[in-house]
Amino acid sequence: MKYKALTAIAVALSLPMAAFADADDDTLVVNDEITMVTKAAAPAHVADVLDEVMSGWHFRSDETQALQKDDFENPAMVFVDQAIEAWETVDGSEGKSCASCHDDVETSMKGVRAVYPKWNEQAGELRTMAMQINDCRENQMGAKKWKYTGGDMAAMEALISVQSRGMPVNVAIDGPVQAIWEKGKEMYYTRTGQLELSCANCHEDSYGMMIRADHLSQGQINGFPTYRLKNAKLNTVHARFKGCVRDTRAETYKPGSDDFIALELYVASRGNGLSVEGPSVRN
Amino acid sequence: MKRLSLTLAICLAGTMSQAGEVAPKDVKFDDSGAIAESLTGVAGDAANGAMIVGSKKKGNCVACHAVTALADIPFHGEIGPMLDGAGERWSEAELRGLVANAKMTFEGTLMPAFYKVDGFIRPGDAYTGKAGTEPLPPILTAQEIEDVVAFLATLKEE
Repeated sequence: MKYKALTAIAVALSLPMAAFADADDDTLVVNDEITMVTKAAAPAHVADVLDEVMSGWHFRSDETQALQKDDFENPAMVFVDQAIEAWETVDGSEGKSCASCHDDVETSMKGVRAVYPKWNEQAGELRTMAMQINDCRENQMGAKKWKYTGGDMAAMEALISVQSRGMPVNVAIDGPVQAIWEKGKEMYYTRTGQLELSCANCHEDSYGMMIRADHLSQGQINGFPTYRLKNAKLNTVHARFKGCVRDTRAETYKPGSDDFIALELYVASRGNGLSVEGPSVRN
Repeated sequence: MKRLSLTLAICLAGTMSQAGEVAPKDVKFDDSGAIAESLTGVAGDAANGAMIVGSKKKGNCVACHAVTALADIPFHGEIGPMLDGAGERWSEAELRGLVANAKMTFEGTLMPAFYKVDGFIRPGDAYTGKAGTEPLPPILTAQEIEDVVAFLATLKEE
């Protein structure tokens, strides 16, 4: 830690073009009412490698950070509005909308985002929110499934996430999901592609440092879905994972695959204790 | 002389040379990870090496390393050590080994190998996200490695 800080100072002093790194100490309060926990003691299952877990919000510029402090400034809220409409809209052969079964989204979806991915006892499988949404569409509404990383899905995930903003992420990692969690953990540390880089290489070993113009965060996913200024749309977790793996010059895994589901569970669990922020705003 | 003209001809043809070059699989690292012999027999071009170090499409070394000599290129990373003085800290053979495959010098280093073509997990087709077939083309050609080494050798402390 000391060595890292020293290096950062040395680089900043000698190179005017290198931005100063490390996470900042700002506080995130959304709409002057939701105080987010953006730094927390690392949960027990990652305490051997991290002291503290930090939201990616701390690694962004003041300008980008500000966009997430007010829903009127947050560009992701346009998509939340679209999803509110979709929530009420009947689709499929059964003549149902989301609201037909779940009524008021603000009540029924409160706390949901915080505990996903989650084991579904009846189905005997671990489900991401996207899987649950599509299960509803297919089997309850008789409607067509949405594309796993598509705009409709991202918007609905954002709407559901909003109902849990400020609540601590708390995904279960034991019992029936333990083996999947272990698989996700192994993936996190596997160095893929021609660049031979793992998630951990950048987001555990090097967070706080600059990689070219990018400030490396811990890669936490408590802020997903995320509006990225880079592509001006809402981004899902699996789409982001895909981009990262691609950038190691590797063959990516498929969004919605067992691989990415396992990785999502593991990465989500590294953020246990941080507030649900989605939809967040990032670079 | 013959080898030189042959290499030259191949360079002019714009293809990757096989003859007169040490192929990625044939590179001989010594016990400390250095490569004593030039990969091409052609002296490196330091100016081209500087371009490769700074170019996102080539080596993109500045993604992780800061270099004062390339201060006109914006955004240098800080994941690896600064390259200032690299030409004093390392011999040419050591630099060649570090650029070709730094893991032979520093086991477990984050630094990618720029002259390695197989033995990867989920090898991809460059940055497409699609599967690649090993042996992959190395990230840098043999001569590009030599050019980078020539540039690094010029980096001295004040």
